[in-house]
Amino acid sequence: MAESVTLAAALNRALRDCLADDDSVLVMGEDVGRLGGVFRVTDGLHADYGDARVIDTPLSESGIIGTAIGLAMRGYRPVCEIQFDGFVFPAFDQITTQLAKYHARSDGAIRLPVTIRIPYGGGIGAVEHHSESPEAYFAHTAGLRLVTCSQARDGYQMLREAIACDDPVIFFEPKRRYWDKAEIGAVAEGLFQSRVVRAGTDVTVICYGPTVRTCLEAAGLADEEDGISLEVIDLRTLSPLDLGPVFESVGRTGRAVVVHEAPVFLGLGAEIAARISQECFFSLEAPAIRVGAPHAPYPPSRLEHHYLPDVDRILDAVDTVRGI
Amino acid sequence: MAELLQLLTPEGERRHHREYDLEISAEELRRLYRDMELVRRLDMEAHALQRQGELGLWPPLLGQEAAQIGAGRALQPDDYAFPTYREHGVAWTRGVDPVSLLALFRGVTNGGYDPAAHNFALPTIVIGDQTLHAVGYAMGMQRDAGLGQPPGHAVISFFGDGASSQGDVNEAFVWASVNEAPVVFFCQNNQWAISQPLSRQTRIPLYRRAEGFGFPGLRVDGNDVLAVLAVTRRALDRARRGEGPSLVEAYTYRMGAHTTSDDPSRYRVEAELEQWRLKDPIERVRAYLLRTGAADRSFMEEVAQESAAFAEHLRQSCRAMTDPAPDAMFTHVYAEPHALVDEEQRWWAEYLGGENG
Repeated sequence: MAESVTLAAALNRALRDCLADDDSVLVMGEDVGRLGGVFRVTDGLHADYGDARVIDTPLSESGIIGTAIGLAMRGYRPVCEIQFDGFVFPAFDQITTQLAKYHARSDGAIRLPVTIRIPYGGGIGAVEHHSESPEAYFAHTAGLRLVTCSQARDGYQMLREAIACDDPVIFFEPKRRYWDKAEIGAVAEGLFQSRVVRAGTDVTVICYGPTVRTCLEAAGLADEEDGISLEVIDLRTLSPLDLGPVFESVGRTGRAVVVHEAPVFLGLGAEIAARISQECFFSLEAPAIRVGAPHAPYPPSRLEHHYLPDVDRILDAVDTVRGI
Repeated sequence: MAELLQLLTPEGERRHHREYDLEISAEELRRLYRDMELVRRLDMEAHALQRQGELGLWPPLLGQEAAQIGAGRALQPDDYAFPTYREHGVAWTRGVDPVSLLALFRGVTNGGYDPAAHNFALPTIVIGDQTLHAVGYAMGMQRDAGLGQPPGHAVISFFGDGASSQGDVNEAFVWASVNEAPVVFFCQNNQWAISQPLSRQTRIPLYRRAEGFGFPGLRVDGNDVLAVLAVTRRALDRARRGEGPSLVEAYTYRMGAHTTSDDPSRYRVEAELEQWRLKDPIERVRAYLLRTGAADRSFMEEVAQESAAFAEHLRQSCRAMTDPAPDAMFTHVYAEPHALVDEEQRWWAEYLGGENG
């Protein structure tokens, strides 16, 4: 039987297998070499692949992405680690003005297969700038692809597929799920497909990354305590979105709740709710509603349990769409 | 004023330098002259085409011909160059069709050529970003050759005095230095970043910045094509041998406006231009060629005729350029199929079809 591994270990294995299979793959970032990354996702890779393939970079996020672009132009396939979500902003220009646009500007002549791994989201009691969910900034930029895994099995498969993709892919890793274990094995869905992770009949709950586990817990509780059946969909891909399963589900349930850690205002949930209202208008029994963070900076960690969507807030939203 | 390395004075007299001298044939000299004449003509024609409404914008290179031709001709085919939006002269040396530069500023493309076909990246408009791409590319060359081996090829990154204040440029210096990357940072110090003089960017000569990053920096007369060629060749050779990066500050002057949308009369005095007109990069080569007999009047006349024909070709090609089809904006957003782009492209086609029907 397949062994259970943590998400961090699954990602490590994906990186190791990519390095082994393709000489053009490079791993680069701050402290990814000797230290193995602050979350140890790159543990042991430098020892086996050395400075040529696993690059401890200067402390310079714009530099990481800017040089990755040059390396990709030379034929390499860099996998960049941004140490924490809140540290990606110094690289924002290189990602949005250069990395995202080069393929279009060159009329398809230049492909930039750069993967950017970003540990994101809260829930680990961290200091400022270590708990953010910046996905909407990047989802707004054409030319980028965004995916996020919720557990180890997807983590392994999706990271391998992200690295193989010829477009730039931002790979968001839910850092508070790094230590959750799952068996590694075949995954039916492709990288840019969402998945129904729990079938249900009453309300469709749409989530991704760190909130998938929270939503599954909420679904369990709703079923046990109130006999309410929640269908939970793990989006997996944030750009492009794969909303086919969402529309199919909401067509049956007539009720939708979108959950993410990022602020509600202009978050991914806004786009998803708008598309649900457009595609499922005549099936809806209630407006789709969103559960996420308030329009406030990520708070001091002693307050983060109020800021982050939890089981209670998800079930409260479920009650709302059920008219309770 | 720091020492200005010069091999050809503004009066067209040859100078020699014990470290950076240049052996150059009459044929090579004539070629440099022709290069500079033709890119100046390209610049003039593009400027005129903008005034006629054929181009949306043009950033003139007037006055920087020697810096760009000298640096561009120092490159070998397997080297790679990363330009800003003003490197029309370098583009010329890399064999990029000048008409494709017009296409970019006419607004029919955001690129216009295949960078890999010329080892010449697309023009970068966000100031300084390309310096990091250059270092990354150079790190790739190092890996191709094997770390610790001479990379055999080199990268040159162009930028200006204004860009020297950008974070990315300073990060590029750090990355190149600690990686000993085979890259030459070629700064055309043309004295002005739109309306801001050099004194708003730096308190020390720009070439001296290199020392703080741990690699050599040198200031060269950017209006002297021979000195630029000699210094850039040396810097590229050094990089190819695996001895790391260097900074060349080509001290020059932006004779024109920042772009055709700019009005320099608001921020600088005419007398300054007069001073720099006396240092014209082409006149000194012409004087030297004629005095030494490396070229005669008939050669100058041939180049003038070629230049006139070239200008006519540019005008015709520019006016004949058609707008891209509306769905071109969707075509290369991604390398692999993308559901949203496909969906929006279909919608657009239907919408435009309905509009026409």
